[in-house]
Amino acid sequence: MTECPLCDAAVEASDDPVEGELLECAECGSELEILDLDPIVLGEAPQAEEDWGE
Amino acid sequence: MIRASIAGASGYAGGELLRLLLGHPEVDVAEITSERLAGKFAHGVHPNLRGATRLRFRQMDELSGVDVLFVCLPHGESSRRIDDFRRIAGRIVDLGADFRLRDPAAYERWYGGAHPRPELLDQFVYGIPELNREALRDADSVACAGCNATAAILALTPLAAAGIVKSAVIEVLVGSSEAGSQATAASHHPERSGAARAFKPTGHRHQGEIAEALGVENLHFSATSIEMVRGVLATCHVFADRVLEDRELWRIYRDAYAAEPYVRIVKGQSGIHRYPEPGILAGTNYCDVGFERDSDTKRVVAMSALDNLMKGAAGQAVHAFNLMFGFPETAGLEFTGLHPL
Repeated sequence: MTECPLCDAAVEASDDPVEGELLECAECGSELEILDLDPIVLGEAPQAEEDWGE
Repeated sequence: MIRASIAGASGYAGGELLRLLLGHPEVDVAEITSERLAGKFAHGVHPNLRGATRLRFRQMDELSGVDVLFVCLPHGESSRRIDDFRRIAGRIVDLGADFRLRDPAAYERWYGGAHPRPELLDQFVYGIPELNREALRDADSVACAGCNATAAILALTPLAAAGIVKSAVIEVLVGSSEAGSQATAASHHPERSGAARAFKPTGHRHQGEIAEALGVENLHFSATSIEMVRGVLATCHVFADRVLEDRELWRIYRDAYAAEPYVRIVKGQSGIHRYPEPGILAGTNYCDVGFERDSDTKRVVAMSALDNLMKGAAGQAVHAFNLMFGFPETAGLEFTGLHPL
């Protein structure tokens, strides 16, 4: 268990995490990337800007 | 089982309340009233309840004793009939505006005249569970909050409790059911359909409730009717005295609402539903709240959405009732909404 770097919500990694793995924060919906494993460090995953509405 | 009656059950809030109470596992609905429709079946005006009940409307003076009386009457009627209601029921949940304000002077300011029973004002608990949960458990008289007031209060309470709200500009977009079930010139379909109409840019009565609940006087409230039947979307602008970061705002809102069954924090980083929207809340008791900050200024935008007939009226009343009688807070209020509509 670690924390979302954007909203501080608890984020659970998989049982067998790997660097570069993508996770989603259940609270703020951010797409997160595992940057380091010991301990797990999360960062905001790079993504293209999307057109999500007006 | 708790025996409950509804005084004034022919309107939209009364109809929603009847729907909820008929489905409540601990309630037996005894009587419902409508002076205009006395003798008629409830499903005549609430067609969704066909098959759910054979109750007929009665007149108010036919009401018999019950454990709790829900009151959904026009403004002024509750305070006029309160002594009769108290003879009928040991506990009262009033969905009207008569007993919402604590301060008689505030009542006079917002309602344009002296309160007819000012000595009773402090006997009613303001019915927003997120504010007054413990007081509601012991209450025998509850005054449910106004729908727009509920939306604004739940959006702003965490910020106000953190000392961030010195003033706020509140804009609510509202659906047509807020105007009630009786037709007016403004609700005539050619006039109302497609409307985006500023109907109360200043002077809305709910501002008094919001000010009392938040403890903030410097508020600026405007209401606009839009093309929607159910729903309120409140957008509240707060001008903080320092720049606030997302994580601090998350903490403030999470501290206030993480344990609440009917307030959800909606602030998404992806997808199309990133902030509260009233559409998906129709028929539910949820109030969704969200926030955003302007990184170039000290402005924080607090948002909320709810169904004005549910969290803004009947759902809030049932939630308060559950607290008053020691039932699970979610009893009778489990519906999670529809998507898509």
